[in-house]
Amino acid sequence: MSRIKEKFTELNARNQKALISYIMTGYPNEKSTLATVRGLVKGGVDIIELGFPFSDPLADGPVIQNASTISLEKGTKISKFFNIVKKIRKETDIPLVLMTYTNILYHKGFSKFITDAKKAGIDGFILPDMSIEESKEYLKATKNYADTIFLISPNTNKTRIDKIAKASSGFLYLVAVFGTTGVKTGIKKYTLDAIKKVKKQTKGKIPVGIGFGVSTPEDVKKYIKAGADAVIVGSAYLKLIEKTPEKQLESKISSFTKQLKKETIL
Amino acid sequence: MKYPKNGKFGEFGGKFIPETLVPAVEELEENYLKFKNNKEFKKELDYYLKVYAGRPTPLYYAKNLSEKLGGARIYLKREDLLHGGAHKINNTLGQALLAKKMKKKRIIAETGAGQHGVATAMACAALGMKAEVYMGYKDTIRQKLNVFRMNLLGSQVHPVKSGSKTLKDAINEAIRDWITNVETTYYLLGSAVGPHPYPVMVRDFQSVIGNEIKSQMKKINRTPDNVIACVGGGSNAIGTFYPLVDTNAEIIGVEAAGHGIKSNKHSATLSAGSKGVLHGMMTYLLQDDEGQITETHSISAGLDYPGVGPEHSYFKDTKRVKYHAATDTEVIDAFLMLTRTEGIIPALESAHAIAEAIKVAKKGKKSESIVVTLSGRGDKDVEEVQNYLNKNVKD
Repeated sequence: MSRIKEKFTELNARNQKALISYIMTGYPNEKSTLATVRGLVKGGVDIIELGFPFSDPLADGPVIQNASTISLEKGTKISKFFNIVKKIRKETDIPLVLMTYTNILYHKGFSKFITDAKKAGIDGFILPDMSIEESKEYLKATKNYADTIFLISPNTNKTRIDKIAKASSGFLYLVAVFGTTGVKTGIKKYTLDAIKKVKKQTKGKIPVGIGFGVSTPEDVKKYIKAGADAVIVGSAYLKLIEKTPEKQLESKISSFTKQLKKETIL
Repeated sequence: MKYPKNGKFGEFGGKFIPETLVPAVEELEENYLKFKNNKEFKKELDYYLKVYAGRPTPLYYAKNLSEKLGGARIYLKREDLLHGGAHKINNTLGQALLAKKMKKKRIIAETGAGQHGVATAMACAALGMKAEVYMGYKDTIRQKLNVFRMNLLGSQVHPVKSGSKTLKDAINEAIRDWITNVETTYYLLGSAVGPHPYPVMVRDFQSVIGNEIKSQMKKINRTPDNVIACVGGGSNAIGTFYPLVDTNAEIIGVEAAGHGIKSNKHSATLSAGSKGVLHGMMTYLLQDDEGQITETHSISAGLDYPGVGPEHSYFKDTKRVKYHAATDTEVIDAFLMLTRTEGIIPALESAHAIAEAIKVAKKGKKSESIVVTLSGRGDKDVEEVQNYLNKNVKD
């Protein structure tokens, strides 16, 4: 069983939903990434999503775009990223998901990249520009090896939800809003409807996580109440990292994580 | 016209897009297929192309230039004479009309040099719509008159300050807007790039260029031995080439070699790039060894793009089309030569094709014909050329 699947089973047994936290690796530097991860683990996060920067992050809003640019400027490379993952793995057994764009994997070769990532300690992948139509090679390279987390949008129809769910493992990533990451719009009715629609359509075969614009304990509470199995918080973390001095990073991240995590305990 | 299954040209093209856009591109494809052979739609588009844009454009025998070079005969396909001064209007009229049929209220577009933005603003004004145009911040400075033109035409320009602040970033931002406003917005893409069905749709709307060349050459009892066009994203080139790929013509696409291919300051994607995924498509890209897209350079803002239309990638790999590149210096020389021999000021983009034509003509026989697509006029570039000449006074 994959670490992600195990995590959801374990949470289920404890009557909890999952808190998934996203951070951009190497933003603003390696040391702060490691401190942030420690804070997340201390705060009780369930799954960590590690962003790897891409020069053209077209699904991301200004906060993650900016973090990508800075991370790249600071010299984040694939090999350096894998080294950071290995360091994290020495400290924790928490599920780690890599979020980046298709070209990064394609360029190295799906098989090579995925093997190296898995060896470093990555459990699954999220590629926001990978559609199921184009995923043949990607799925072949990950099969029975790493989880493939595909995205679903509130405008995805039922037939397509079935197809996406079939290609996905670990969890499904439901995009909360029409928009890029980190855009705050308040909680929309169409989002709550989408959670219900996707949950109903997938019949509990795979957990449904919700992300994009989820930033406060109140958001977490409402989405969990609407039936989400997991909430994904990203840009809010990056904003916190941006304004926190490195020395306080671990404790600030930990206390913010605790506030979010509290709302996932039923 | 052939329609690529799953939007693939061999392994190139496809739909590498965020899930939110899937219903939008499906809706677009459905409507495009519905209207492209619809008599009324075609009639309406033909009407606008003829009486609004100025089609057909002449095929001009550049006698002075040809005789000066002493080789093959050079014919210029005068897309520079179109309304707005470039081939872009062929596509914007087609797509704006389609958007209107689809009852889309809001039009967005990206632009590099501003030619597509202006052509979008014109088509939208003519059809009673308004456009919002994303343009790299650097390009808004380089081409500030085009920004003003778009404003005059009733469109709004959003300067893009992310990334390299040029065309690729304008496309990123337009896609982000589309994701956000997917239910109301039509994205009017300007080149033969992006997710399916854009590359094939833009090709079809631009194929009027190649189709006219075919019949105009036939009228003068000639067949083109060489066909040449410049390639950035590659819309004028694919429109020129596609109707002629099943002839015996040698076809050459010309990219921007900037300061030279080895300098790393160029935009010669097909000449120096490698395969990858950007802006919804699999195609050749300029990227580093980690798969990060690299910054490009060209004297012409319209060719300053690290990707290329997927069908060009296909024609490169199948060797049906040769892709060469012209340096900034060669381009300026060609610009000056055409201006002085024929009294035609070409766009710097188009001057890349002229530079190649000069090389090919010199080697050609007098009985041979070269057709060059002059994709746009150079009024927008005279300041750039002046600056270049002031900096590089040679003789």
